[in-house]
Amino acid sequence: MTNLIETVNLAATPADLVLHDRVHTSLYTDARLFDEELEKVFYSTWVWVAHASEIPDNGSYKSTYIGKQPVIVVRDRKKDVHVLLNRCRHRGATVCEHKKGKTNSFVCPYHGWSYALDGSLRGVPHPESYADCLDKGELPLVSLRVEQYNGMIFATFKDDIEPLEDFLGAAKKWIDLFMKQGAGYGVKVSGEHRFRFPGNWKIQLENTTDAYHFPLVHKSFLSSVDEQTLELFDFVKGPGYVEDLGNGHSVMVMIPDLVDLEADLDKPIPERFETLAQELRDEGIDEQQVRRIVRAVGGSGFNLNLFPNVACSMAFFRVLQPVSVTETEIHHAVITMDGGPAVANRYRLRLHEHFQGPMGFGTPDDSEAWERVQKGAQAGSDLWIMLNRGLPGEKPSEDGLVSDVSAETGMRAAYQQWKKMMSA
Amino acid sequence: MNIELLNHVSAFIWQEADMLDHGEFDAWLNLWADKGTYIIPIDPNETDFENTLNYAYDDHHMRQLRVQRLIGGESISTSPRARTVRSLSRFRVLGEEDDVVTVRCAQNLREFRKDVLKHYTADLTFQLKRDGDSFRIQRKLIQLINSTDTLAGIGYIL
Repeated sequence: MTNLIETVNLAATPADLVLHDRVHTSLYTDARLFDEELEKVFYSTWVWVAHASEIPDNGSYKSTYIGKQPVIVVRDRKKDVHVLLNRCRHRGATVCEHKKGKTNSFVCPYHGWSYALDGSLRGVPHPESYADCLDKGELPLVSLRVEQYNGMIFATFKDDIEPLEDFLGAAKKWIDLFMKQGAGYGVKVSGEHRFRFPGNWKIQLENTTDAYHFPLVHKSFLSSVDEQTLELFDFVKGPGYVEDLGNGHSVMVMIPDLVDLEADLDKPIPERFETLAQELRDEGIDEQQVRRIVRAVGGSGFNLNLFPNVACSMAFFRVLQPVSVTETEIHHAVITMDGGPAVANRYRLRLHEHFQGPMGFGTPDDSEAWERVQKGAQAGSDLWIMLNRGLPGEKPSEDGLVSDVSAETGMRAAYQQWKKMMSA
Repeated sequence: MNIELLNHVSAFIWQEADMLDHGEFDAWLNLWADKGTYIIPIDPNETDFENTLNYAYDDHHMRQLRVQRLIGGESISTSPRARTVRSLSRFRVLGEEDDVVTVRCAQNLREFRKDVLKHYTADLTFQLKRDGDSFRIQRKLIQLINSTDTLAGIGYIL
């Protein structure tokens, strides 16, 4: 089968570039497509901006990006969450340069225009010169539509798209399962590793439901863990699965036993957690709660990939941010139990450091592989990226389609959503 | 100023740096106290490293695993290995208590791997436990000046 498309073919539409089992190399390399993606994907759908625990109090905020546009996520005095474009309505300067913090207002450093936490323009210095030509009501910080599901905060530029819960659809029950790792204390984001790699954002998007790479790319990580953990991560030949959940979302279940962290609490505690369990008992925590904490401490047995920019990935949130057609920023936000026992939270922090981040035993190898994809994709611009793994065994499921754990079903789901949005 | 002590700790720390640049990892592991910690924090104002997220928070076991990852040939981000040259200067003894000398210095490190030359600048703070006429590292704290920025993979020991 040959599907040749000219290197520069202005007539090729996004629909021509995504087939059911492959996507065209230009999806990684074409700067025009990247600009179109910002408009048609990132500025046209629900994009994750924060977890509720990142802005816990009145006046708490974080600054981030939707696509390439800087935004502020802030909780006002009434506890309502606003997502505001980080751009003064006077001459365009950013009004907030801190990554996170707490404030009563946002004041532009250039001429001192000040905005309330809901974005309304409160005051401008020396208003005399404007006489009656400035209506403050017309110049608030631009406020986006915001909706939340189970602590996950999303925003969109579009007032006319479906409600967030409809967009998440079948992914919602997986979000609920993921949040069980709060073990009754609640999920709390406690910092993040941020890094960039020289490659297209969709290379990372694909990776979240790619079990196939794990034993090879993460060999050095697997060599560094104990016997029981090694067994747990030997999932490529196991009974796990990947499921297309609709709207570009998908889930890869690597460890079926750890899908529901509140089930099977009466099972014996694995040997590697015995020391932790004893420390928790010594703090006076009852046996049932000890088991709940220990079972949840390594995270859920699945990666939930939410199109286009966030994943609930075992024990952390993975956030991607497109920088250019050949550069992507990634955040791996660590999860702890909000107010949970420090000894168990330390276990979670050390686990995150072990795999994630620029000095982790996992992330740098992923990053290297993705960099190689971007580099290799410069060759053979008429070639295709193959995504046909697991097709023969793929079957309809209650929520969409399901195939084996190392199937490329999740990637196919994401690219079908990409195709739909890019063709709109 | 105790110039003799300054010379002593500087010589020890230069030796550590030279071992890391030249891949003498067994010798490097032997410089450490059993309960020593190797820490690369993210937040420059953080002091409770144990209960916060770091880039690295290594005890003896994790240091051994990290070395193994560097030399094991199983990791595509560490083979080929990065070449590094680090310069250390601006040594200052901050104090001594219970045979533990605290020293701060500046580190400028150049890394070359494949086709990219990178530069990392950090404040290093060592806690050195006196051991006969030398020291054991009780804690090495590496505070990168760009720790709050996005970093790329660091496939060696800072």
